[in-house]
Amino acid sequence: MAEDPFLADVERRLRDAFVPEAFTLIDESHLHAGHAGSRGGARHLRVVMVSSRFSGQGLLARHRAVQRLLAEELRQKIHALALELRAPGE
Amino acid sequence: MDAALKDRIEGLVRDHKILLFVKGTKSFPQCGFSASVIEVFKRLDVPFDTVNILADADLRQGLKEFSDWPTFPQVYVNGEFVGGRDIVVAMYEKGELAPLVQKAVS
Repeated sequence: MAEDPFLADVERRLRDAFVPEAFTLIDESHLHAGHAGSRGGARHLRVVMVSSRFSGQGLLARHRAVQRLLAEELRQKIHALALELRAPGE
Repeated sequence: MDAALKDRIEGLVRDHKILLFVKGTKSFPQCGFSASVIEVFKRLDVPFDTVNILADADLRQGLKEFSDWPTFPQVYVNGEFVGGRDIVVAMYEKGELAPLVQKAVS
C-alpha cells in the first residue's frame, strides 16, 4: 500500500471498486516536474489493473469507469492519468 | 452546456474526418500525451487536423463534457469519439486503428 495518503486513498478506492487480481499504481509526477501541468502539485499517475470487471467491456467503457470513480480528483489533484486496464487472460 | 458551444463542437467533429484535440500544435505539441497521438497519426500517413485546446478555455471545458472525458488529448474519427492517448496507442499497436482510419478517409 502506498505511504502517501493521497495515493493510498486512490489505491483503496480502485481496489474496492474493481477488485483487481493485479494492481500497480505509480506516481510519475517527478517525470513532469516543471511542466505546466505539474503546477500546484497536480499528480501524474499511472494505473495498471487486471480485473474480471473489465471482461466483455470495451476500452472506452473501462477508462470511463475509472475516470468516474476518480472524477473529483481529476478536476484538481490529478493532472494526468495513464491507464492500462485488462481483463484476465488479455 | 451552452448550445452555441455544443453546435461548434459538433460542427468541428463533423467537418474534419480525423480530428485531434490536443495541447499545442502538430509541430509543437506541449504535452507528451498529445505528442504521442500526433505521432501515431503521422505514422498512419493519413490527413488529420488538430485543435489546440490551450488556446481556447471554453472549448477545453466544453469538450470534457461533450466527450464525457476529463483529459486531453481527445481523438475523433468520423465524428465518433475514439479515446485518449492510451486507447489510441493501444488500438494502433493492435492494428485496430489503421482500418478505422482508412474507412473514415476513403
